[in-house]
Amino acid sequence: MTAPDTRRRSRFLLGFLLVALLVAGGVSYLASSSPDGLDSVTLHGCEVTETSDGEQLDGTCIAQNATDHATASGPLADYSVGGAEHSVGIAGILGVIVTVLVAGGLFWLLRGRTKPEPAPSDDD
Amino acid sequence: MTTTDVAMHMSDGIVNAPTSLIFGVISIVIVGYAAVRARADLDDRTAPMAGLVTAFVFAVQMINFPILPGASGHLLGGALVAILVGPWVGTLCITIVLVVQALLFADGGLTALGTNVFNMAIIGVFVGWGVARALRGLARRSRGRLLATAFVAAFVNTVVASLGFVLQYAIGGAAGATTGTVFALMVGFHALIGIGEGVITAATVGAVAAVRPDLVHLLRTAPRDAPATAVRGEGSSA
Repeated sequence: MTAPDTRRRSRFLLGFLLVALLVAGGVSYLASSSPDGLDSVTLHGCEVTETSDGEQLDGTCIAQNATDHATASGPLADYSVGGAEHSVGIAGILGVIVTVLVAGGLFWLLRGRTKPEPAPSDDD
Repeated sequence: MTTTDVAMHMSDGIVNAPTSLIFGVISIVIVGYAAVRARADLDDRTAPMAGLVTAFVFAVQMINFPILPGASGHLLGGALVAILVGPWVGTLCITIVLVVQALLFADGGLTALGTNVFNMAIIGVFVGWGVARALRGLARRSRGRLLATAFVAAFVNTVVASLGFVLQYAIGGAAGATTGTVFALMVGFHALIGIGEGVITAATVGAVAAVRPDLVHLLRTAPRDAPATAVRGEGSSA
């Protein structure tokens, strides 16, 4: 692989990382806070009321069986930093960094011998 | 945005312990096998790409988009990762996202991790890959057809992944709704979410293909000049 190739590739990967950071750190503030598809199904039949100690579910729905998350009191639980308001972007950026390090590290360790050129493998 | 944000994936307690355990074991075996098969698709060039694709999916999964008043959806990412890095590496990507979300962000229950991995990292990725691979002769021919392939694969991966939950609920779901209701609601919501999933997947695949088509697994692995052979070896899904 020639030097310009490597530079071009690095630029692309850096750009990709920047997009991920912008999405997690910025666009995340625009995300809908309505329940997602699965949560809408598990909440079906219940009236959700916000109370001082969380959500109260009145009626009959699947979500009433949900148990508290084992790491619910973790420092980044529910995409906030220590429960601080408006910290979703910071939590998101930390998440992207952790994810890219864990995934990148694992894939780097798993990678096989690099082929001299990116020849298409059989039918993969 | 409220501070009592709802989790995005299945919480603990929604399906019973034996069901969680069964799907946990199935997921461990399949993800382990995926790690073995992924080695063939990972090299100095694709490993960093796969790491970034994983982080990108984590980021985009944070973006819930509205689908109906009071209901939202977010990317699952199965077809997206399968098209960009292949199904084996892709399964690992989504699994890593789900593990990071469950451990660090309390998003998706810990005992429900196996069921969530089964639905999104295994069903979602392989269904998305199956559709994309079936259409890849088409996808190679023009940018527009590649985008259409990505859209269709993503739409199907979303709806079929949602059926994974219906299956788990039917086997060992907690009370609260009949399986028929769960089926109808899951498919209905996820058909709408699938449209968003399709748009995001097509846009992302299109953007990568525009600058680095050599980093799109689906295009890289397509037979160069014999589209008719695309159906060859249908048994091996990779």
